[in-house]
Amino acid sequence: MNFRIVGIALGVSFFVFPAFADDTTKIGYIDPLSGGGASIGEVGLKTFQYLADELNANGGLNGKKVEIVGLDNKTNPQESLIQAQKAADQGIRIITQGNGSSVAAALSDWVTKYNDRNPGKEMIYFNYAAVDPVLTNDKCSYWHFRWDANSDIKMAALTNFMKDRPNIKKIYLINQDYSFGQAVRTQARAMLKAKRPDIEIVGDEVHPLLKITDFSPYIAKIKASGADSVITGNWGQDIALLLKAAGDAGLQTDWYTYYAGGAGGPTAIKQTALSHRVFQISEGVPNSATEAAQIWEAAFRAKEGVSLFYPRAVNEMRMLAKAASQAKSDDPKAIAPQLEGMTIEAFDGGEATMRKDDHQFFQDMYISSFGPLDPGAKFDEEGTGWGWKLVGAVKANDTILPTTCKMERP
Amino acid sequence: MLQIVVFSTLNGVLYGMLLFMLASGLTLVFSMMGVLNFAHASFYMLGAYLGFEISRHLGFWSGFIIAPLCVGGIGALVERFGLRQLHRLGHVSELLFTFGLAFVIEEVVQMIWGKLPVDYNVPPSLDFVAFRLFDTTYPAYRMFMLLTAVTMFAVLLIVLTRTRIGLIIQAALTHPDMVAMLGHNVPRLFMVVFGAGSALAGLAGVIAGPALVTQPSMAALLGPILFVVIVVGGLGSLTGAFVASLIIGLVQTFAVALNISFSELFGPIAPPLFGDLWQVTIAQVAPVIPYLLLVTVLIFRPTGLIGKRET
Repeated sequence: MNFRIVGIALGVSFFVFPAFADDTTKIGYIDPLSGGGASIGEVGLKTFQYLADELNANGGLNGKKVEIVGLDNKTNPQESLIQAQKAADQGIRIITQGNGSSVAAALSDWVTKYNDRNPGKEMIYFNYAAVDPVLTNDKCSYWHFRWDANSDIKMAALTNFMKDRPNIKKIYLINQDYSFGQAVRTQARAMLKAKRPDIEIVGDEVHPLLKITDFSPYIAKIKASGADSVITGNWGQDIALLLKAAGDAGLQTDWYTYYAGGAGGPTAIKQTALSHRVFQISEGVPNSATEAAQIWEAAFRAKEGVSLFYPRAVNEMRMLAKAASQAKSDDPKAIAPQLEGMTIEAFDGGEATMRKDDHQFFQDMYISSFGPLDPGAKFDEEGTGWGWKLVGAVKANDTILPTTCKMERP
Repeated sequence: MLQIVVFSTLNGVLYGMLLFMLASGLTLVFSMMGVLNFAHASFYMLGAYLGFEISRHLGFWSGFIIAPLCVGGIGALVERFGLRQLHRLGHVSELLFTFGLAFVIEEVVQMIWGKLPVDYNVPPSLDFVAFRLFDTTYPAYRMFMLLTAVTMFAVLLIVLTRTRIGLIIQAALTHPDMVAMLGHNVPRLFMVVFGAGSALAGLAGVIAGPALVTQPSMAALLGPILFVVIVVGGLGSLTGAFVASLIIGLVQTFAVALNISFSELFGPIAPPLFGDLWQVTIAQVAPVIPYLLLVTVLIFRPTGLIGKRET
């Protein structure tokens, strides 16, 4: 452990040196850059850096340059708070995070307390992917804004889609054992019961988060259960390895997922040869996006070598730019009121709003399936020659769910 | 049900054998030098990465042969220029040395290959279905892993019990001074054993890399389980390590397959305490079971299942 202390000491001494340049706005990106979540954490960092470059090319935030500072939290809530403190010490006042609702809950709570104790130095927390509904309900915070549709919204859309698929008879639920995975399984059970009471839930599994390297035992269980469809909220390596193990065992089921498109997922699906049997709910499908979004996506892929897994990050940064220019400031205290209730044209088209009551963003949602590209479709994933194809869409207005948030405003 | 039993057994034995490939080297090194090598799982990771790198240029099979040799060489160098220098300072320095080494190796791996998992794939020659049972396929690569592990076990057993060098190693385990008196170069023997142990870990890495995930955290994921194996088996006992590896492999796989909760398991005798705790299924606590076993063994049988010396 001594190594780490020396490392931190060295790190701190580096940071103390450059005086805080007034002409940059730093955004702390607190997400896994090592460990099981690194594969998608790294993609997120690339995305934000690309977006910052784009913003800077257009004049930055009121003339100030935007810089993304990557802070590795190892998908661990405690580590995240250390990184958040580190960010605060560097004078960073905007942080963004997405992977892991357990992390998000800790960060949201920390930022709220920090702001109470440090008036005049308020920080703001942009959540681009942590979807536990509680973050915009019972545990909502004025300083937390969420750009991803929460888990309940996604499950509502998915189950609406599944409702009309008569071939679904037996469903297996497999999720990660933490707040988000629990939210997925509870909602899946409740919503299926209401919409398709005839469907039998033959398995309801939770497994440790980002720790499993071999899912074969779980796949054997799914196989034995006789399920014809699987619902999973797994992300990061947990979805890629799950699909890989399914391919190895020749498991032939339909998959209803939140994040099958994450790093490694598409490759695994292709290996499994499950053509158009893996579904994903997301806020954008590149092959059916607007022309502007397609041009943007092509440029992004050409430069970064990865697909845009987080269209919501684009919305986040564009809204930040808009809020900063309206407020004529990049101070979180000035930005937050601008973001509340802000409406923009979402990256993938359609009008989208940041609801004032709970800081949940509402946008059009899409369901797509993965398989060989249709003629004319431009984007495949991970060089597989397969891509996502739109199979269903939900308008932003139809995704609105009530909130229990009682926002405490400063 | 039969289906689950068959596949869980296969998966469990495979995982167990993989654990054994690592534990065998670790336990041998421990019995010889009295040092728990914290960096052992790092050699496993190094094997996977070197295997990946070599397979990119020369194909999988070259990697399969060369990578373990490289890792063995690195292990021997570590012993010769690291541990041997520290030997006179006592076990604590040696322990700290291997502890630090594990971090160094992880950082170096991240520097060279990055933090993301690398694309280490099953070779095309082994990428087919070995057999189909109850409508579930079993990949040939897994059979290959199993075969490699079993072969390695057999070779190790023969070398240790039937050859001259094996006899000397066994003697040096308990009576190093006497072996030295008889004219054998004990420090060199240590180096060979450390190198061989590392090579075995490297071999495990090469074959596990494509099936599991080749990533910088793979050492940290496997490390703790490894210590459970050698403590449960009995520190320094090869047979113990073998038995413990299989037990832990099977227990972990079968635990996942069991859906019953504690309340069902204990039925009416479950006391109405702890509330929801009884609703937890065996599958959910599967990852904890090996550590539970570790604690239990340490309390009731500190020498491990087969080991002779106190931990």
